[in-house]
Amino acid sequence: MRQSYLKNVVTLNLDSEKCIGCGRCLEVCPHNVFVLGSGKAELRDRDACMECGACARNCPEEAVTVRAGVGCAYAIAIGLLRGTEPSCGE
Amino acid sequence: MAGLRFPQVSTRLNRTDILGSFKARWGAARMSYSIAPGLYAVGRPAAASPVLVSANYKMSFDRLRKTLSGLDLWILVIDTKGINVWCAAGRGTFGTEELVGRIAQVGLGDVVTGRTLILPQLGAPGVAAHDVLRRSGFNVVYGPVRAVDIPEFLRAGQKATPSMRAVRFNLWDRLILTPMELAGFLKPALLILGILFVMTLIRGGPAPVWVLLGRTAASFIPFLGAILAGAFLTPVLLPFIPGRALAWKGWLLGLAGTALYLQLTASWQERKTVLLYLLLLPVISSFLAMNFTGATTFTSLSGVVKEMKIALPLQIVSAGLGTLVLILTLGAAL
Repeated sequence: MRQSYLKNVVTLNLDSEKCIGCGRCLEVCPHNVFVLGSGKAELRDRDACMECGACARNCPEEAVTVRAGVGCAYAIAIGLLRGTEPSCGE
Repeated sequence: MAGLRFPQVSTRLNRTDILGSFKARWGAARMSYSIAPGLYAVGRPAAASPVLVSANYKMSFDRLRKTLSGLDLWILVIDTKGINVWCAAGRGTFGTEELVGRIAQVGLGDVVTGRTLILPQLGAPGVAAHDVLRRSGFNVVYGPVRAVDIPEFLRAGQKATPSMRAVRFNLWDRLILTPMELAGFLKPALLILGILFVMTLIRGGPAPVWVLLGRTAASFIPFLGAILAGAFLTPVLLPFIPGRALAWKGWLLGLAGTALYLQLTASWQERKTVLLYLLLLPVISSFLAMNFTGATTFTSLSGVVKEMKIALPLQIVSAGLGTLVLILTLGAAL
């Protein structure tokens, strides 16, 4: 059973102009967000993205961008208290 | 044999490994459960044997080696400060920098003839494969998400099936994470117990200690129920609870639990009790369920931020009003 989270919130973007269709994003995505269509990557299910950032980090052309981070309430609260990015606490 | 120069790894877990894993699940010594970084040999690896890369969190390493029985290969353990692959990748310690440095430090290029590294797919958020290739000459192949699929992945010529690539979050995956959630609420639960004991003292007047303790325990039952609803039942029943936000799902289960408690104790007539419990109990479940976002495999940062912006103020208001009712009730009792 695929579990879905909030809709239309993720910051994932794909610039088709830059994409060379190497398929790395398909390889690293844990939620099968991308498909390869006509030699370029396409977004199949944007809402399934959990913003782990694997695709952006491994895109050699920087065609994929996402504000990556931990989707963790505790980390976000710590970040808010300290005025920093979300952090697990150490 | 090239393998003999490096520490040999058993593919069997002993009692100490299993006990250590159990303790870490409850949060005991979890942050120092690590092994030394470096190159390890599984079976009798030769210069052409595959190289797997892993984190130095001992539970991750144990999960990995357990699945490798009968195989001859290398494991390059990189220093992630004792943190698992996914979390370490998220903060960049399972990353390009550490990997490239560790390859050089163990002299991997002189030990093996191949120029391919198999990384866990969940390490990808921290590692830029093209940068590793450019800086070390090693080509990165992302293997399966779960260690148990590695033998099949190797047999298939280092090809992962779609199911090997997908992160799951089934009943067992959720259940195994709940001890950490419960352990995290131990201190606040003790605090609630303390407050309830003081309240029993104020209300009950002079009575033997065991009577007071008994009453305290009885008044803790609804709170214990709220904790279990948020930190245990919500994670376990997650896909079956209506809605999307975890704070909402927890609140809903907490509300159901509160209603059940009021029904079972026939206390719907006591308006103050009803109000108090409705304000305090579901919100405890809601807060705990919201914390489970850190353990799920599908909640995004943007999503959790949005959820918290709405849920947190509501939780604070509800808890604040509940506390106010509590103080007023106590005041009336004096």
